Formats: sequence, C-alpha cells, structure tokens
Amino acid sequence: MSRQPYMPIALVVVGLALLPLGLTSNTVLNFLAFAMIITLAAQGWNILGGYGGQFSFGHAVFFGTGAYAMALLQVRFGINPWLALPLAMALGAGVGFAIGYLSFRARLRGSYFALVTLAFAEVFRISANAWGFTGGAAGVLVPLRIGAEHMQFADKRLAYWLALTFVAATLALTHALSRSRFGAHLVAVRENEEAARALGVDALAVKLKAITLSGAITASAGCLYTQKFLYLDANLAYGPWISVEALLAPIIGGLGTVFGPLVGAVVLLGLGEVTKTAFANLTGGAIPGVDLVVFGVLLILCVAYAPRGVLGLAQGWLGRLKGARP
Amino acid sequence: MLKLDIFLSALANGLMTGAVYALISLGLTLVYGVLHIINFAHGATLTAAMFAVLIAHTVFGLDPYLAVFVLTPLFFALGYGVQRFVINPASHGNDSNILLVTLGLSIIIENALLAGFRSDTRSIDVPYGFSVVEVGNLFLSVPKLVAFVASFVVALLLWLLLAHTDTGKAIRAVAKEKTGAALSGVNVDHIYAVTFGLGAACLAIAACLLMPTFLVNPRIGNAFVLVAFTIVVLGGMGSIAGALVGGLIIGVVESLSGLYFGESLGQIGIFLIFILVLLFRPTGLFGAKA
Repeated sequence: MSRQPYMPIALVVVGLALLPLGLTSNTVLNFLAFAMIITLAAQGWNILGGYGGQFSFGHAVFFGTGAYAMALLQVRFGINPWLALPLAMALGAGVGFAIGYLSFRARLRGSYFALVTLAFAEVFRISANAWGFTGGAAGVLVPLRIGAEHMQFADKRLAYWLALTFVAATLALTHALSRSRFGAHLVAVRENEEAARALGVDALAVKLKAITLSGAITASAGCLYTQKFLYLDANLAYGPWISVEALLAPIIGGLGTVFGPLVGAVVLLGLGEVTKTAFANLTGGAIPGVDLVVFGVLLILCVAYAPRGVLGLAQGWLGRLKGARP
Repeated sequence: MLKLDIFLSALANGLMTGAVYALISLGLTLVYGVLHIINFAHGATLTAAMFAVLIAHTVFGLDPYLAVFVLTPLFFALGYGVQRFVINPASHGNDSNILLVTLGLSIIIENALLAGFRSDTRSIDVPYGFSVVEVGNLFLSVPKLVAFVASFVVALLLWLLLAHTDTGKAIRAVAKEKTGAALSGVNVDHIYAVTFGLGAACLAIAACLLMPTFLVNPRIGNAFVLVAFTIVVLGGMGSIAGALVGGLIIGVVESLSGLYFGESLGQIGIFLIFILVLLFRPTGLFGAKA
C-alpha cells in the first residue's frame, strides 16, 4: 500500500485528539472517554477473535481482572495507580495465559471455547461477589484524590486523552501485528488450523500468545474504567455486558481489521445513546434494555449482510463509486 | 434421625430440580446433536416461555398445567420459524455465525423482556403451589413431584419420536451425515428447523412445570442456561440419556452443596464441574466423540 503505513492511524488519532477542543460539553466528553475504554476492550478481543478466530464470550474475565486489580492495588496495598496499571495488565495477561493454556491444550474451539470463557467469567464474577477481599457484593470504592499523580483528572479532557493514548498504542500494535510473522501465523490458524499445523505453525503457542496479549489489552480497559468511575462491583467488572460489547464492537466495525473495534465501538455506543434518548422521549421515561435490543439486531444484521462490518460496507461503496466513474 | 432426614430431603429436592434441569438440557443437547452448534438463545427462550406462562395465568386465567397444551405447540412453531427464517439464512451455513446469531437472539429476547416487564421478579399464585405429600419422613412438594414425573415422560416421548417415527429417523440421519441425508431426499433445512422447534417446545414444557414453584425475571434464563450447558457437557453433547443423568447429578450436587456450603458457593460448584469436564473429558460421560 502506501510507504507510510502508520499515516492513517496517526491521522485518525490526531483527529480524535482534537475533538474535545471543539466539543466541550460534559456529556460528549464522557461519551468519548467511555467509547475509548470500550474500544480498548474490543481491541483486546479483536486480536484473539478477529485475527485468531477464537471467539471468546467471556472477555469480562480480563476486563474485570484489570479493573479489580487496579482498584485493590490502590485501596488494599496503597500502590500508586501509575504503577498499579502495568501490574494489573500483567495480571490480565497472566489470567489470559492460564485460561488459554487450560482450554487450548484441551483442544477446545468454536462453541466449546465460547462456553468455557463464559464459564470462567461467571466463576470470577461469583467469586468477586462473595469474597471479602474484593469487597463482596458492596464492591470497591477508590478514594477520590484529584491529581495527575493519582491518575484522576479534574479536566475530563485529560482522562479522554489518556484513554486515547492507549487506543493509539493498540492501533499501532495491531497494525504491526497484522504485518508480522506472528500475525500471519494467527490468521493461518484462524483460516485452517490443521493446514497451519501441517505447514509447521505451532498453533498452541500462537493462540497462547494471542490470548495473553488480548488479556493484557482488555485488562487495561478495565484499569481505565476503574480510574474513570472510581467504583466497581462484580456485575460491573465481570458482568456479561462487557463481554458482549467487547465482542460486538469488532464484529460491527470489521472483524480482524485495525480500525474495526474503534469504528464498531463508536457506532455501537452512538446508536445506543440515540435509541435510549429516542425511546425516553417517546414514552416519557427511560426504558432499560432498548439499546441492547438494538445491539442484538445489529449483530444479526451484520452477520447476515455485512460479514466485514461497517468498514467492509464502506469499502464496498467506495469501490463502487470509483468503478462508476471511469 | 434428624440429620439423615435433612440430607434425604435435600437429596430428593435435588433429584426433582434435576429432572427439570434435564428437561431444559434435552432441548439444548438435541440441537447440538443435530446442528453441532450450541444454541446460546436457549436460556432467553426459557425466560420467554416462563413469561408466556405468567401472561397465560394473569391475563387469561389459564393454569400452568393447562397452558402447557397451548404453549408447547406455540413454542414449537416459534422455534421452527426462528431457525428456518432467521438463524439459517443469516448464518450462511457457517458454524461461528450460528453461534453469533443465537447470541444476538438471546440479547434481543432478554432485553425486550426487560424493556417490557422491567427487572421486577414475579411469580404466580396457584392453589397447589405449597401442597406437599408425605413419603416416609419426607415432605415432598407436589408441583416438584409433578415436574419430576413429567420430565421423564417428556424424555420418553422424545426418545420414542426419535426412535420410531419417520421424522425421528430423518433427524438422526441429518445428525449423522447431512449430505447423505439430503441426497436421500431429506429436506435438511426443514429437519434443522424441526429440531430447533422441539428444543423450544421442551423449554415451554419446562416453563409450565417450573412456574408453580418458581419466580421469573428477565435475567432468570441465565441462571438456568449455564446449568444446562454444564449438564449437556457432563452428559455428553447430543446424548439424551446423558442429559437425563447429568441433570439429576447436577440437581443433587447443587442441592447438597447448597446445604453444606451455602447458596452462592453451590453455584460455583456447578461452574467448576463444568470447566473441569470441558478441560479433562470434553466428551462427557455418555458422549462418543467430541
């Protein structure tokens, strides 16, 4: 393609970074920051699910581990959040490796892998809900200490830019990965594991690397979530909502593409907000669940009509436009 | 001896709950056996069936045990239609797509129910809800006993259908070798949809049996669905006998660990069994080959 492969990423990131200069309302800034957190969780899912073809239905296990580690390291051990963040990501990577080692070594894939990840997320959720160390059902509260050294920002733009920095890093990482030998092996395993093995690809090692990396990235989303909301309980951290959003965003945006999770997360959350507002205006009160109904419909429509997501559709239209004008 | 009595009554309760678990798992295992795919909308469909029982009772004054004769054909038709006109065309015959479409369906059903009924927990009031019979020193709940017996009857009927009817023969043929079945004149899409319909019908029956003693809210299906997955995995994917035995085992495990370790840890016991079986014996107790 072009000689500067990172140019599109740089342009998108700069564009996103400039957004808060024009849009200063709190609602918009909250939305943007939240969209970045979901993007990050989805980036993690995309490496394992999009590039590796291993569909996890329980990525909450990594998100929640990152979120809880970030909170507990600060509250229980008094560790500074800037140090807690890499530790929490390492823990997410460790959980990823452990789950991957157990399930990939047992040759679980397809439905079985989806099920076992779902079950792991549930075990973590129930444990976090019952265990005193994690605050039980009451959850954990991170004390409010505004200041950059505590990773808590009075200016909402700073929190957004921090999340955007992480997103930028994962965009670059995903791009590098997709052009690396490891990325090629991962795609080979996705397309046909037996054939990849026959060509000498160590499928187990490749999948293990992918789930470890995936765990670390999705855990970082959990860390930022903790710092943004300063409160956690088992249903927020390990609940099915985040497993579903981490999976939906890449599928809606474009499975196994660099920008898919970002596009998907923005589309998904934007549509969710629009639906919620529209229904609230129609009926005069918030209706729980309507946004998720739309997500479900979107998922089915994408699988049926846009297997390459919104990005795939856009490329198709652009191609036709160019084709129409000789 | 008081201790023995408590143990026996927990055991009996576990067996009775387990039979309903088995009934819920039958639909799941049947669909897996034929389509080789896990229906992630199974739990949400059960929730929908339970709400249907609730509506039948509160709006039409229909007793749950009579509603079974209306809801079973209705859910069969729904299951048939959803597979034939939504899942099958949307997934282009790709397994991981079926997985995603059923996940999408479960999100839609669960949240549509949440939007319609809110997250309140409801139950229905039937005169026999708390009636018991005395067997030896044990007091057994009548509705649970009915559910226990009915679950076995349904399993038997399902087995008869599979073993002795032409549709059953076609279902088994498609499960074994769908191309071969298609070549011998079996309409594979139709059989897939029939299988899905049977799965949904099992859920409607389970819902009618559960509602007299149980409560319902839009998320209740999740509580059952992982249990059902565990049973199906434990019993062996696609095995009807496995689902029955697995259901009874899980019912007893849940009831006894609830007795000895408290309610919340009883659930963890189930998930740990689930993960251990998946990791070390993915073929389950009765499964032939994964």
